[in-house]
Amino acid sequence: MGERLLLQGNEACVKGALTAGCRFYAGYPITPASEIMEVMARDLPKAGGAFIQMEDEIASLGAVLGASLAGAKAMTATSGPGFSLMQEHIGYACMAEIPCVIVDVMRGGPSTGLPTQGAQGDVMQARWGTHGDHPIIVLAPSSVKDFFELAVQAFNLAERYRTPVIILVDEAVAHVRESVVLPDKGSTLIEDRPMPTVPPEWYIPYADPGTGVPPMPKFGDGYRYNVTGLCHDVRGYPTTRKDEVDPLIKRLFSKISKDVDHLQWCDTFLTDDAQVTVIAYGSVARAALQSVKRARDKGLKVGLVTLKVLWPFMRQTVARVMEGCPKILVPEMNMGQISREVKRINRGNCEVFALNKVDGTLITPREILQKLEEISV
Amino acid sequence: MIETAHPIHKYLRSSKKFPHIWCPGCGVGIFENALIRAIDRSGYTRDDIVLVSGIGCSSRLPVYVDFNTIHTTHGRALTFATGIKLANPRLKVITIMGDGDAVSIGGNHFIHAARRNVEITSFIVNNQIYGMTGGQCSPTTPHGVVTPSSPYGNPENSFDICLLAEAAGASFVARSSVYHTPLLDKLIDRALHKSGFSVVEVISPCVTYGSRWMGLGSPVEMMMWQKENCIHLDRIKGLDEQERRGKIAIGIFTDKNKPSYSEEYAKFIG
Repeated sequence: MGERLLLQGNEACVKGALTAGCRFYAGYPITPASEIMEVMARDLPKAGGAFIQMEDEIASLGAVLGASLAGAKAMTATSGPGFSLMQEHIGYACMAEIPCVIVDVMRGGPSTGLPTQGAQGDVMQARWGTHGDHPIIVLAPSSVKDFFELAVQAFNLAERYRTPVIILVDEAVAHVRESVVLPDKGSTLIEDRPMPTVPPEWYIPYADPGTGVPPMPKFGDGYRYNVTGLCHDVRGYPTTRKDEVDPLIKRLFSKISKDVDHLQWCDTFLTDDAQVTVIAYGSVARAALQSVKRARDKGLKVGLVTLKVLWPFMRQTVARVMEGCPKILVPEMNMGQISREVKRINRGNCEVFALNKVDGTLITPREILQKLEEISV
Repeated sequence: MIETAHPIHKYLRSSKKFPHIWCPGCGVGIFENALIRAIDRSGYTRDDIVLVSGIGCSSRLPVYVDFNTIHTTHGRALTFATGIKLANPRLKVITIMGDGDAVSIGGNHFIHAARRNVEITSFIVNNQIYGMTGGQCSPTTPHGVVTPSSPYGNPENSFDICLLAEAAGASFVARSSVYHTPLLDKLIDRALHKSGFSVVEVISPCVTYGSRWMGLGSPVEMMMWQKENCIHLDRIKGLDEQERRGKIAIGIFTDKNKPSYSEEYAKFIG
């Protein structure tokens, strides 16, 4: 059994990142994400890593990408306004296939919005915020323990697929303190990016080795290659040839989409006989769990699916829930970003209800229970 | 047998990347040649060097040369360079930016990299115009010049990149033109061996749009313009205000020894 600690969500995130091997952090202060930066500033040098406070969020993610190319596992953390600034480099990381982790502690928006209050308004920005067509992986913790575990997994996925991985967490999960048992040192599975096994003169940096993920050496290791945000050929040189551009973009998608079966991460609670299933994520899933328990006490057949992966959307999981359940409720602290996705994959088998709240306060168990009672009739 | 190969060939990626994108008469090639000669003299191996560029004509330079190369986003070369240097201080990190790249969209990154004094050797190829996008005015275009984005004359004042870098805290700041290649060679040598943040501004002609909009004529005439108007710091001091007008000072503006960012940060690493 590992260490038991009372941790804030943001602290747990740092512990997860360090466990995964993160050795570089660049960031810019922003509420409600600043604790991640502060703990990194304190703990990274002790772990032999490097921390730097950059001049803005564009620069922060730029430095993270540079560090990753030099071989360090690297991350940054921010909130909505900073996340908007990072979109440029999220696209760069997708195109140049640079592993990195970006935490967005969501606060009320748009614009400066509600700096100290929670929201879940960045779900679509995380998916489509950068320009151009691209895949993205987005994880959503709903507890302090989740935040630790998903921080580890975010690095594993980033390294495995050479892609940016975003953790979307709402302010409540980032700031709540919970007692958590961390795994024993060495018991967590840590993945590292694939490295070339051929000598430098044989190395073709963006050739598909069959997995869709080309090996990635560190700058300075003798494999001198070119990195660019332009469409590039397998050697990394800029190209506009359609027979080189098309396979590149399609490979960026397929390297992740081929494995969606492995990205169906969720917790399910009493879904087998449920006539109404709540689909939730983040702090809202915690409230929903209470609501479902109370509704069961009242004899209502309701269940809960807590999504831990938001993108690629867990189509298989949600479709399976929809097959056996006539009604779905999606409570969210936004105007309906995941509920829209649930409706989009609905084949007409069920009715999809949304419960939306955008006033900066949390969705309460009572509010979800009320809605469950309404739609169970 | 006489060795006929130019030393530059050792450093070029001949496999695919030629011909290059630059217009005939462009100054970027002269700078590239000078940079490679300096690296060849420097003792650094090709594996030691990371060339980081932004977006623009001069930022296409790294793709042609056989180092660790990265062509980043517009204005952000220094942010990537900072991450690379901190993650692996063994690497020699060199950035290549244009004037719009470094002091317009990347102006904030530029002054903060100078302030932090991170060990990056940065070159700013200043052609006083946005060449790649069609010759719009940049923060270094002189006041009054007509360009596609200043059809009634540029109403703005221009930056002096060297004074900006000096004020922001760079350890080494210098300027040459591509015409003054012996000076350029000397400045690149000095900058490459400087600890801390070093800046060399390279005045280079945009023979396509600079000549069209600034009325500087043919590539040869633009070179002659550099010869006549780029004046060494020692000499420019002797000129009166009237004589200085329109002239560009070249030479070393700043050469200071102060602890670099990595030296400071190394004190914390356990």
